[in-house]
Amino acid sequence: MFDQADSFITADGRTIGAVMMEMKNITLRFGGVVAIKDISFDVREGEIRAIIGPNGAGKSSMLNVISGFYHPQEGEVWYKGARRPEMKPFEVARQGIARTFQNIALFEGMSVLDNVMTGRLNHMKSGILSQAIWYGKAEREETENRAVVERVIDFLEIQHIRKTPVSRLPYGLKKRVELARALAADPKLLLLDEPMAGMNVEEKEDMSRFILDVNDEFGTTIVLIEHDMGVVMDLSDRVVVMDYGKKIGDGPPDEVRNNQAVIDAYLGVAHD
Amino acid sequence: MTVTDSADLVSIPALLARNAREFGDKAAYREKEFGIWQSWTWLEAVEQVEALALGLLSLGAGKGDHVAIAGRNRPYLYWAMLAAQSIGAVPVPIYQDAVGDEIAYVLDHCNARFIVAGDQEQVDKILDIRDSLKNLQTIIYLDPRGLRKYDHSMLKQYQSLQDEGRAARGDLGDELAKRQKAQTYDDTCVMLYTSGTTGRPKGVVLSNRNVIETSKNSSQFDDLGPGEEVLAYLPMAWVGDYTFSMGQALWTGFCVNCPESAETMMTDLREIGPTYYFAPPRVFENQLTNVMIRMEDGGRLKKWMFDRAMAHAKRVGPALLSGEPVGFMDRVKYFLGDIFIYGPLKNTLGLSRVRIGYTAGEAIGPELFDFYRSLGINLKQLYGQTEATVYVTIQPDGQVRADTVGVPAPGVEVRVGDNGEIYYRSPGVFVEYYNNPESTASTKDAEGWVATGDAGFFEENTGHLRIIDRAKDVGKMADGRLFAPKYVENKLKFYPNILEAVVFDNGRDYCTAFVNIDLNAVGNWAERNNIAYGGYQELSQHPQVLDMIQAHIEETNHSIAQDPMLSGCQVRRFLVLHKELDADDGEMTRTRKVRRRTVEDKFDDLIVGLYGDAQFVETTTEVTYEDGRKGSISAKLELRDAVVAAEQQVAAQ
Repeated sequence: MFDQADSFITADGRTIGAVMMEMKNITLRFGGVVAIKDISFDVREGEIRAIIGPNGAGKSSMLNVISGFYHPQEGEVWYKGARRPEMKPFEVARQGIARTFQNIALFEGMSVLDNVMTGRLNHMKSGILSQAIWYGKAEREETENRAVVERVIDFLEIQHIRKTPVSRLPYGLKKRVELARALAADPKLLLLDEPMAGMNVEEKEDMSRFILDVNDEFGTTIVLIEHDMGVVMDLSDRVVVMDYGKKIGDGPPDEVRNNQAVIDAYLGVAHD
Repeated sequence: MTVTDSADLVSIPALLARNAREFGDKAAYREKEFGIWQSWTWLEAVEQVEALALGLLSLGAGKGDHVAIAGRNRPYLYWAMLAAQSIGAVPVPIYQDAVGDEIAYVLDHCNARFIVAGDQEQVDKILDIRDSLKNLQTIIYLDPRGLRKYDHSMLKQYQSLQDEGRAARGDLGDELAKRQKAQTYDDTCVMLYTSGTTGRPKGVVLSNRNVIETSKNSSQFDDLGPGEEVLAYLPMAWVGDYTFSMGQALWTGFCVNCPESAETMMTDLREIGPTYYFAPPRVFENQLTNVMIRMEDGGRLKKWMFDRAMAHAKRVGPALLSGEPVGFMDRVKYFLGDIFIYGPLKNTLGLSRVRIGYTAGEAIGPELFDFYRSLGINLKQLYGQTEATVYVTIQPDGQVRADTVGVPAPGVEVRVGDNGEIYYRSPGVFVEYYNNPESTASTKDAEGWVATGDAGFFEENTGHLRIIDRAKDVGKMADGRLFAPKYVENKLKFYPNILEAVVFDNGRDYCTAFVNIDLNAVGNWAERNNIAYGGYQELSQHPQVLDMIQAHIEETNHSIAQDPMLSGCQVRRFLVLHKELDADDGEMTRTRKVRRRTVEDKFDDLIVGLYGDAQFVETTTEVTYEDGRKGSISAKLELRDAVVAAEQQVAAQ
């Protein structure tokens, strides 16, 4: 299914492009604990790439490496054909990578609209002074950015809570607002850390629909971590399986599902 | 500004052309999208309609073809109806939340050739049943989201069809003009399917004459002008929405505003501040419930002020509104109340500017009705039917009461038959049920009188019509006393905690009831009282909830006992249902009226239980999920006895 050809079209009519990001032999340690051990994989343009594994497998650490929050001791991150130097998260964000968090990280006291607007920060160029007096460029910029944000709000169907403070929202909607904020940044690569944790079946269905639609409408490449195997198998084009910091599987969902190492990791066998 | 009438205004598109001439740059349609109210003038609307009409012509749409329309209220979909009418085709709006079977029945029955669908959800439903629709040629969809990768052999995007239409103007412009010119007053204007509390839906054919005459009369009656603002949020397939947002809007040239989504309706209502407002009782109930919930959460001072002001309003508000004499001090108090409570409350509800409000579709509880009247909102009742193009009777300003539905509407004759059934004859009387001559004949007689199926009588001194109930539902109990379930149900539904009630007599000499709690209100109450629950079913059987409902029923019994004619309708035993009655399960119509017979059949085990003496009954019920899958839920329901107010009132008469 995935050969080295530069781009191809999947069975359901989506275009998967060339390699966009490549992780080469990443190793990440916290003191004596090895969180990620020599892992390599790539992400192609336009695909939905899942990272799965049991608790403590190092999935979130991996996402944090991609987003520039952790810096691996060994290995290289290649993005858009060039090796990425050590970067701060905001520099990574400027490169077009946005993320959501496992534990919701929104500004609870602010309205949904304001929260989503923060996703546009990297697109605002006007200075603090002109923003403060609300004149000229600042005003124009705000209008433009608001238009983008409104499209995202429309897309994720959260118009009815536009002005509601985030603290008053139920959990499932907060998750959607987080996705909205990430989308507002207009990312090339979207990182989703357990977008469906703690949701009921209906909310999961909605969220799956949105993830597919985002990928479909905007062509956004998505890397997601998820526990719900059903969701992962339905959504993703390729899956990386991690266990105890090591990669134990990589490939299309069907292949991974039948991989003995993966089955063992999920069902639990004695480790050496 | 008033509208001009002339003999050539014989179709809805002709009205559109007149509005473009007379009010060209005035806003005709608005829709909130991307957080902003977008608006279209009459001239712009004409251009949009023409482009789509030409597009339909380019697809080969012929005169008399049926064009189905499925989606939420959007200007584009109203234009689709106008476009269909422009080329002599017949628009058939269908309920957007209808499930596959229901849509299949309607589309098959009218043999629809084109469908205009709002979004992916509607398209999916239609594609699922495509095989059974032989005549279907093209599905025209509006919102392209999620549809880009679909097989487009049968699909077409709305705007791209319009573009094709614009490109073909040179070739097809003459044909369009010819078709528009060929229309007569007696051509079919629209076909609306009745919601069908009984049996299969029927396609009611309304002519241009029906719609335009009715719109003309009713607009005059309430002095509607081009300056009115309405919010179009009720199902497009409902005759009310067609008459208000199409008939009257086109006749008087007022602006139709469409909400951003169903969830934002209340916010949008506030932003628009309609001057002419329409809602079924259920919407008023929900609004009141929300107000009450929020007052419960309010501080003591606020609550005290609210209670005092509302008690005063209840006493003098309706009288003030009807222009009856009210004492000076009462006026002063009401004025103060208006500043502190009624005004802000009306503003919150989005009803500050309402000049004329109507409730219809179902009987409204008197307490509910008076609540809005007492705030100074000119809420009135009308009584109507799809078959009458809405209007049968209507309440004139100053003669508004909760227990009547008013006098015959302009141009309508009403009479009460020997059996108590109401009949009417008017310019709005429908042409026929589509492809159903037997039903047409049994409903409409040779002289044009239509049977309503409702029982009622004219009050002797006022000439107002009072509806008792569906003729079929009103009956006599085993001991000969009058049984009018709706009357009791409406009283019960006034309580914010009760969403729905169904009362039975089961051919016995006392009544029992099923109750649906309002999850919103009771859930809020549970939260305040630290009662944990997992969902509707668990909450509905909580002993404290049952106590609460029992108290409501006993209070209602007490109030019913005051009416000697109906005192037999007191509820002696009740249960709270383990599921909400739902249109997807066929227990309600799409306009949310309870299908009594279905409920009776489906829950017959519970009714048997209510007329037995067990304290609990176990039951299993099949439910349909929104996506059409089926499942079942089991529950153990508690049956409770309610205290019946003493029969002394009966004895006293």
